[in-house]
Amino acid sequence: MTLIDKIATTLQAGDDAAMPALTRAALDEGLTPQEILDRGLIAGMTVVGRRFRDFEVFLPDVLLAARAMKAAVDVLSPHFIGGEMSAAGTVVLGTVRGDLHDIGKNLVGIMLTGVGFKVVDLGTDVPPQAFVDAAVEHEADVVGMSALLTTTAPVMAEVVGIIREQGLSGKVRTIVGGAPMSADLAEQLGADAYAFDAPGAVDRVQELVASK
Amino acid sequence: MSGLRARLQQGRTLLSDGAMGTMLMATGLEQGECPEQMSLTRPTALTRISEAYSVAGADLIHTNTFGGSPLRLAEYGLEDRTEDINREAVVSARAGARGDTLVSGSVGPSGRILEPYGDLSEDEAYESFFRQATALAQGGVDAITVETMIDLREAVIAVRACRAAGPSVPVLATMTFQPTPRGFHTVMGTGVPQAAEALIAVGADVVGSNCGNGIATMIEVAEAFRAATDHAIMIQPNAGIPEVRAGLVHYPETPADFAAAAPVLVALGVSVIGGCCGTDTAHIRALRQAIDGQTPTP
Repeated sequence: MTLIDKIATTLQAGDDAAMPALTRAALDEGLTPQEILDRGLIAGMTVVGRRFRDFEVFLPDVLLAARAMKAAVDVLSPHFIGGEMSAAGTVVLGTVRGDLHDIGKNLVGIMLTGVGFKVVDLGTDVPPQAFVDAAVEHEADVVGMSALLTTTAPVMAEVVGIIREQGLSGKVRTIVGGAPMSADLAEQLGADAYAFDAPGAVDRVQELVASK
Repeated sequence: MSGLRARLQQGRTLLSDGAMGTMLMATGLEQGECPEQMSLTRPTALTRISEAYSVAGADLIHTNTFGGSPLRLAEYGLEDRTEDINREAVVSARAGARGDTLVSGSVGPSGRILEPYGDLSEDEAYESFFRQATALAQGGVDAITVETMIDLREAVIAVRACRAAGPSVPVLATMTFQPTPRGFHTVMGTGVPQAAEALIAVGADVVGSNCGNGIATMIEVAEAFRAATDHAIMIQPNAGIPEVRAGLVHYPETPADFAAAAPVLVALGVSVIGGCCGTDTAHIRALRQAIDGQTPTP
């Protein structure tokens, strides 16, 4: 097994104690931080996400994998140009106004943090303007909105509208999720992306940031 | 008026209430306001909700304390108000309870994840649930419902804390399951038999499931519980899985759907039936009629 594969499988096993040494060894072998991130960490996390979606593993395994990823990212971060990881970004998260459900949103926050994003969690019942204000204040790449209730879809469209009015389209991207949401509805609301579940949200956020 | 345990022993199916969150929104919960703080700021609104469910026929109504543990209240800087928020929530609910409707204190998850997967210690979790349960017991609840749990260890800690806080107060404990190719599991990976065994072992009077599924799927969850135990079971389904129609989100299961499914749950010997997200007084009224049509009043 190559070192990069070993990193991916160790991450899948959630062995956070083993990650720093493996990551350092990969850097010593001359692999770039980006290669280690993409082909080791993100590749491993993608497998965990798929297995979670297929109910082969449950959340504890995802959380352990996320922690293993964090352990590797801590080693990698200083090696990126400027000392910052280029792949990670900032995500503002919240459950939209009128809605108090936050289990799914919290999962997304945990997983995004695990893969090296800075997460600004605004909590539940978040007014539309507060999403955009936080995005501006924290120079966020992505605003993530969650909802479970029947009445909350239009609130997401309001956030998208404010982003457009403030001339932030393309700069601040939007992703929506939650039990009542769908790709179709996300498109109708003008959101840039939709995720079915938390691992999916991580994939989509990474795509949104990469496509900026 | 007989307590929950006596009524369970009579073998009658008890009717619980429906969703709280939507009702709170309808009363004009302020943006960013802590929902549980309403027991201090607008107790009469809570009393009206309790009254509506009681009048609709609920035998058991719940306090507005789902997020009333100090760990949850801390998100709003209100952990120091744990005692009065929970006590007053019981007072508000009691004021709306008609006839012999029982009041159960709602206890939801801590919102944190236990070690080693998260950063919450078992002691911290226990302390938080114990403080909430103590305040609910002091407020005079007839029971406590530990609900929407996804982590069995956290659910077990919560039940233990409730039993210790009010040794004479019955405890109902329900978890949220999803269908998987290997049977129903919580998102943390707890199966139904495992949940039933562990929750009963720490003294839950009633075990079961709430949220996550509509009533059709909940019948299967109830069957899984019945296969696992002879213990009293509680089932509180959502009004289906929310879907989108004409751009608006909507819960598909109607009061008639609930009424149609109720006899199956009664036949399975489910002791407490109610509703979760998307259900309202119409669902509860429909369940009342369905249950009364099923079980002869002794």
